[in-house]
Amino acid sequence: MLIKVETKSLREAYGQCLVELGKRNKNVVVLEADLGKSTRTVLFKEAFPDRFFEMGIAEQNMASTAAGFALAGKIPFYNSFAVFASGRAFDQVRNSICIPKLKVRICGSSCGLSDFGDGKTHQSVEDIAILRAIPHMTVLSPADAVETVMMMEALLDVEGPVYIRINRNDLPIVTPENETYHIGKIWELRKGKDVAVFATGYMVKKALEAAEELSHEGIEVRVLNVSTIKPLDTKAVISHVKGVKAIVTVEEHSVIGGLGSAIAETLRKEAHPPIEFIGIQDKFGTSAKAYEELLEAYGLTSKAIAGTVRSLVGR
Amino acid sequence: MESVKVLELQKVALKLRSNVLEMVGVGKAGHLGGSSSLAEITAVLYFHKMRLNPKNPLDPVRDRFLLSKGHAVLIQYAALVELGYFPREELKKVKTLEGLLQGHPDMKTPGIEAVTGSLGQGLSIANGMALALRLEKSPARVYVVMGDGELSEGQLWEAAMASANFKVDNLVGIVDYNKIQATGPIKEVFDTGDIPAKWKAFGWHVIEIDGHDIPQIAGALDEAEQVKGKPTVIIAHTVKGKGFSFAENSAAYHNAALTEELYKQAQEELQAQMAKLEREGK
Repeated sequence: MLIKVETKSLREAYGQCLVELGKRNKNVVVLEADLGKSTRTVLFKEAFPDRFFEMGIAEQNMASTAAGFALAGKIPFYNSFAVFASGRAFDQVRNSICIPKLKVRICGSSCGLSDFGDGKTHQSVEDIAILRAIPHMTVLSPADAVETVMMMEALLDVEGPVYIRINRNDLPIVTPENETYHIGKIWELRKGKDVAVFATGYMVKKALEAAEELSHEGIEVRVLNVSTIKPLDTKAVISHVKGVKAIVTVEEHSVIGGLGSAIAETLRKEAHPPIEFIGIQDKFGTSAKAYEELLEAYGLTSKAIAGTVRSLVGR
Repeated sequence: MESVKVLELQKVALKLRSNVLEMVGVGKAGHLGGSSSLAEITAVLYFHKMRLNPKNPLDPVRDRFLLSKGHAVLIQYAALVELGYFPREELKKVKTLEGLLQGHPDMKTPGIEAVTGSLGQGLSIANGMALALRLEKSPARVYVVMGDGELSEGQLWEAAMASANFKVDNLVGIVDYNKIQATGPIKEVFDTGDIPAKWKAFGWHVIEIDGHDIPQIAGALDEAEQVKGKPTVIIAHTVKGKGFSFAENSAAYHNAALTEELYKQAQEELQAQMAKLEREGK
């Protein structure tokens, strides 16, 4: 039974789901590093003050403490901005959490460029690459609030550590509400025979917009939401590129080590058409007045996707 | 503590050192120094103080022992094998592809509670366990041993603040204060200053003891149990390489190989110490 959430905000959906999971399972505990108003863990704090642990501005300690909770039978969710949750605590995630394959959930909030005003220190361009490289880790990247809810529903049962990448802003809904979610699935959100576009996070919506535009020109684009970046459904990746003329990956993340890399790794032994990566081109973020303006500055738009597709199919 | 019990635990400590020596062996590398300094502390914890269930290593009410200074895991293996957590043959296979016993604590080994060894993480993990046990109203306690060289890790002080902030009193920190780190004396390599004062300033109840004195160790652990509303740390003054004359107070045997000659000498020294204890017991 899906948790009922009336919001387009992924972080609000995340926070509300935490409360619901807290109701369902008394072993759920939440650790925060003084960003609870942003990550929306304040909702859990209000509902379950005894199971909420404000760890102060100390992400490394928070990560290993979460490991301790898991070792004593709890299901800890630790929270910070994606850049700190992954980078600041890398060694703790690797050693304290991932080696023993502990049931720790890591929320990387304000991921990608979504914290547009705060600039490069607070924007994460490499969190997927960092965490995808660690054995035992699951990496999730929901496209909208509906998918966030679906993932949270699944999170009590998944074994081992999970990283969930949460966008800061309200996003349009692209996920069909009545389908059953499971971790590891690639969602085909639009059928198309000419080009396969693998996208993740907010870029799924941008890919759908590009596909709509291209269909008027007679180019049919298949849009695939890769919300589980690891473990990647490699069979689905291989089957979705059969017969297409080109492949495009789109992510609000560095083109080094993220979704594009994961798709290319999968296809390395397959005969496949040309691949292009749309993402952040080995650069840090920067401050901007608005989210869309920033995405445009980094070429993360439906127009850029459509342009890339056109050039790959020779139009 | 009765003198019979003290003598018994002194013998256990010697047996643990002997197990460590067996694992270090001849011509292989092994952390002799920092394992030997912990023999008495490990003996008192595993053979006197801790609530354990070797038949069910995951018994929820067991007390937890974590070596944040994971490189000294040989001393923990030495105790676990005596208690039957794994077969004795494993000692010979330590740090091999065939064996169960990894070079640093690993959860595949029964009785090992956490993955430690990347220094500075054990106290944080122990805090998480202690807070979880408190939520469960469990009587179980958590013991975490840190190295003095390890105290230069920043995370450890984040964790020390957290223990005090959450008033964690079902956890005891133990600092193996042998004053020598991997490459030399702490005073020379990286001076961590007034260690008891630092812990006091971080809000801990501090007890300083001779870490090779069985009654002092047991007394400090009992005292820690009575302290409520704040965490307790035992600063245990120890001798690196204790029990092996060539390794005492030396950084050379932090992680070193023994020659056949030194191995034999080490065995003889332990035997002599055991014989002395036997005579005292009569």
